[in-house]
Amino acid sequence: MKGRVISPGKAEGEAIVSTEPIGFYGGIDAKTGIVIEKGHPLEGKKVTDKILIFPCGKGSTVGSYVIYGLKKNNVAPAGIINKETETIVATGVILAGIPCIDQIDIDKIKDGDKIVLDAEKGEVKII
Amino acid sequence: MYLTKEEEKTLNGENGPVLERMFRLLVRLGDIYGADKMIPVGSVQVAGVSYKSIGDPGTEFLEDMASKGSKVKVLTYLNPAGMDLENWKNLGFPKDFAKNQLRIMDAFKKMGIVVTSTCTPYLAGNLPRFREHIAWSESSAVSFSNSVIGARTNREGGPSALAAALCGVTPNYGLHLWEKRQPTVKVDVSADLDFNSDFGALGYYVGKQVKNKIPYFSGIKNANTDQLKALGAAMAASGAVALYHVEDLTPEADLVEKKNLEKISVSKKEIKETYDKLNTGKKPDIVIFGCPHASLREISTLANKLDGKKLKKPVWICTSRMVKEAAERMGYNEIIIKAGGSIVADTCMVVSPIEKMGYKTTGVNSGKAANYLPGFCKQEVCFGNIEDLVEGQL
Repeated sequence: MKGRVISPGKAEGEAIVSTEPIGFYGGIDAKTGIVIEKGHPLEGKKVTDKILIFPCGKGSTVGSYVIYGLKKNNVAPAGIINKETETIVATGVILAGIPCIDQIDIDKIKDGDKIVLDAEKGEVKII
Repeated sequence: MYLTKEEEKTLNGENGPVLERMFRLLVRLGDIYGADKMIPVGSVQVAGVSYKSIGDPGTEFLEDMASKGSKVKVLTYLNPAGMDLENWKNLGFPKDFAKNQLRIMDAFKKMGIVVTSTCTPYLAGNLPRFREHIAWSESSAVSFSNSVIGARTNREGGPSALAAALCGVTPNYGLHLWEKRQPTVKVDVSADLDFNSDFGALGYYVGKQVKNKIPYFSGIKNANTDQLKALGAAMAASGAVALYHVEDLTPEADLVEKKNLEKISVSKKEIKETYDKLNTGKKPDIVIFGCPHASLREISTLANKLDGKKLKKPVWICTSRMVKEAAERMGYNEIIIKAGGSIVADTCMVVSPIEKMGYKTTGVNSGKAANYLPGFCKQEVCFGNIEDLVEGQL
């Protein structure tokens, strides 16, 4: 699948898929990489080293710093794939240097799929 | 994207490494979102101020920039900090937290940022005009300035707002463009809305439904700016709504295109269900008002309710330093403190470490606070109107 490059780089890993938007601030713990939002489909799961897949961001604009913090604390996802990346997530991944692309039909990706993300060319492969 | 000669220089590092890094971020965002050029901004509001939100990585990032002599080019305000910057000791904020919070404030001050710390800059001396381009980042302030004032800003991430402040410009895309400010969903409201918390419940419900769309409300008969503040804040928290229009009440409502919109309706039933959903706790240990920061009118309402009463359990009201000063002159603070309550400035419950201060259940009248407290402060929530919440603490 082809998409739009948000933050360049390459990553490989297991897909962790959320059908719901993610608000990083109050949604994911920057120290552990664990989803903490009550009632979120990914609550209690760890995003570290995974390819994190969700439709779009939501909630607080401090989310960019949470993404940056995840990276600095070595618990960041290896890559991010969105249907539509809004500015909060875009700012976070650019600053943190996490490969990210959007405009991908994420319904085609299932939890646990092995993903190769080439955010230089804007390509996603499921292997 | 078209860049001026001066902007090219900045991008090539001729104006120093900090500006290069920050401007590169803006250019990257502009390229992604199809901006044609950079536009000057009238003011900035920077989020990512509380030590609790940005932690050590964020603090070091800011200190690094400040130490390199970076200065902002336009009027720049801050989002709430993690504590009352003057009265933190008396309110019981932990000492090591305070030390780190003050490091952050120092870094901002060095960069020439007004160390105000409020999510309602428009009530504290940073008021944009209709159609002014700005780069604000706190989600409720973005919603208020776009929707109620008619200024133009995208939802900036903390670092991209800081970049706009240092560079004095923002990429011209999204909500800076008139065609992107058109509603994409119509919300028919038949429920009666009385308390500010009713507006919070409406906002929470609609934000969940519409996610990042632009709602056009009809059926809201009247609303003051406090209520519109509550509505927008909740929608920005439960969804990613950065702009909404309200028939007859907000400045762009008459001007936008309203044909062929998807429709949702909100009746008394949905409002009641939202109240039920947001109530996860039984009895509050503490009740906190002022999310977003209380206006003078909201402080006066609370003072009226507490006049001559004695609280058994704590009540806080959070506000900006400027509004606190006005409330002080009116004697509202004295009334609230006499009853056993606290006026807390510079911070708010969501970004302060209340879970480390021994509180497990918090009472709020804010849809935004009700949305964030369970995840970020590990709180059970009692969501209600101001009358019931105050009554319960007496």
